[in-house]
Amino acid sequence: MSNETEIEPQDDGVGRRSLLKCMLWAGSGVLWTIAGGVPRSLRIESAEAANAAAASSLSFLQISDSHIGFAKEANPDVTATLRQAVERINRMPARPAFVLHTGDITHLSKPGEFDLAAEVLKEVRTERIHYVPGEHDVLEDDGRSFLDRYGQGTQGQGWHSFDQNGVHFIGLVNVVNLKAGGLGNLGGEQLEWLESDVAHLSASTPIVVFAHIPLWSIYPDWGWGTSDAAQALGYLKRFGSVTVLNGHIHQVMQKVEGQVAFHTAMSTAFPQPRPGTAKGPGPMKVPADQLRHLLGITDVSFVPGQGRLAVVDHALDQPSA
Amino acid sequence: MSEPIAALRPLARRMVLHAALAAGATLVMVPLARRPAAADTVKVYIDNFTFAPAELTVAPGTTVVWTNHDDIPHTITSSDGAFKSHALDTDDSFTFTFEKAGSYRYFCSLHPHMVGMIKVG
Repeated sequence: MSNETEIEPQDDGVGRRSLLKCMLWAGSGVLWTIAGGVPRSLRIESAEAANAAAASSLSFLQISDSHIGFAKEANPDVTATLRQAVERINRMPARPAFVLHTGDITHLSKPGEFDLAAEVLKEVRTERIHYVPGEHDVLEDDGRSFLDRYGQGTQGQGWHSFDQNGVHFIGLVNVVNLKAGGLGNLGGEQLEWLESDVAHLSASTPIVVFAHIPLWSIYPDWGWGTSDAAQALGYLKRFGSVTVLNGHIHQVMQKVEGQVAFHTAMSTAFPQPRPGTAKGPGPMKVPADQLRHLLGITDVSFVPGQGRLAVVDHALDQPSA
Repeated sequence: MSEPIAALRPLARRMVLHAALAAGATLVMVPLARRPAAADTVKVYIDNFTFAPAELTVAPGTTVVWTNHDDIPHTITSSDGAFKSHALDTDDSFTFTFEKAGSYRYFCSLHPHMVGMIKVG
């Protein structure tokens, strides 16, 4: 991944310089840990990182924006790069408990695209895959193609929650019923559900939220934000550890605000430009030998008792740790 | 009818450019100052997540054709439900004929920061 990732200037809770230093390493084999809202980065091969990995009882993977069906210049073979991402996951030292797909599974919501994605993803060595839709997965029929496949046990347009190893996971949908001139949107019904979903949890429960469009305002001019995210995050304010995992922008971005750590993942299909560096947010064409450096997966692990999650991005062309 | 002509100028420029690119600048025959008749067809293009022209004024009966030049699908969705396209993949078009006077706001339902307006009158 690029070493030029930028953060929002209004970050608090951590010095800009130290965060930038961490970010210089993001995606290049650096273990990201978040303790009490303060991120630290460790070289992945360090002893501490090895110990953290060994003690970790929960490890899961995030995969995003596979865009099966896309076949333009920015990547004529997105199926091949998704397969490569699956191989990358299967080479991880610890088998992930599950995988989160943060949307844009397909490019045009076509049944054949969903089928092909499912065929490739069934090769992932894991228990199960949780999906939330991207806007490309709900292009037609009010998202029926997505819900018929992945809607079982979910509410509304596919939002759901589950618990694993003491961590509460919440999958949100912010790509439907969007309003003219607006951004991603969760909507009243989903926000009500979220409020009641977390009401019974103790404040010490680590929370992981995953959704397609970023839940923080990265670049509204390109629609990179969610209009009612503040209300959702308001319901999570009392929790000591909140990790928000998003996709949509096809690049790694991170921000820590109080107890909340935000992170966006690389795509497995094509990169997009850094905010404001191009005329629009469309697919970014890069030399063929650089493409796999800008595509990748995200590895997340939770160490019980430490209340922190480690987030590590792996580019497809990076050798296994 | 001066407004529709003004609105057509960017389009005409664009057509000139297209023709120039296609024919080595020797076959530029696009009428620059033509008055639009009621049955005209006017084009809107999508490039880099932007409708161009973003605002257009046409006479009643005018057909507007939107064409997506992006590598990403977009929709043409009226804010008040008057029209809605399917997702337009690269180079796909959507056509709507505006019979009644009025102001029609529209946006891309996938990327709602993309907005446009057709004024009919």
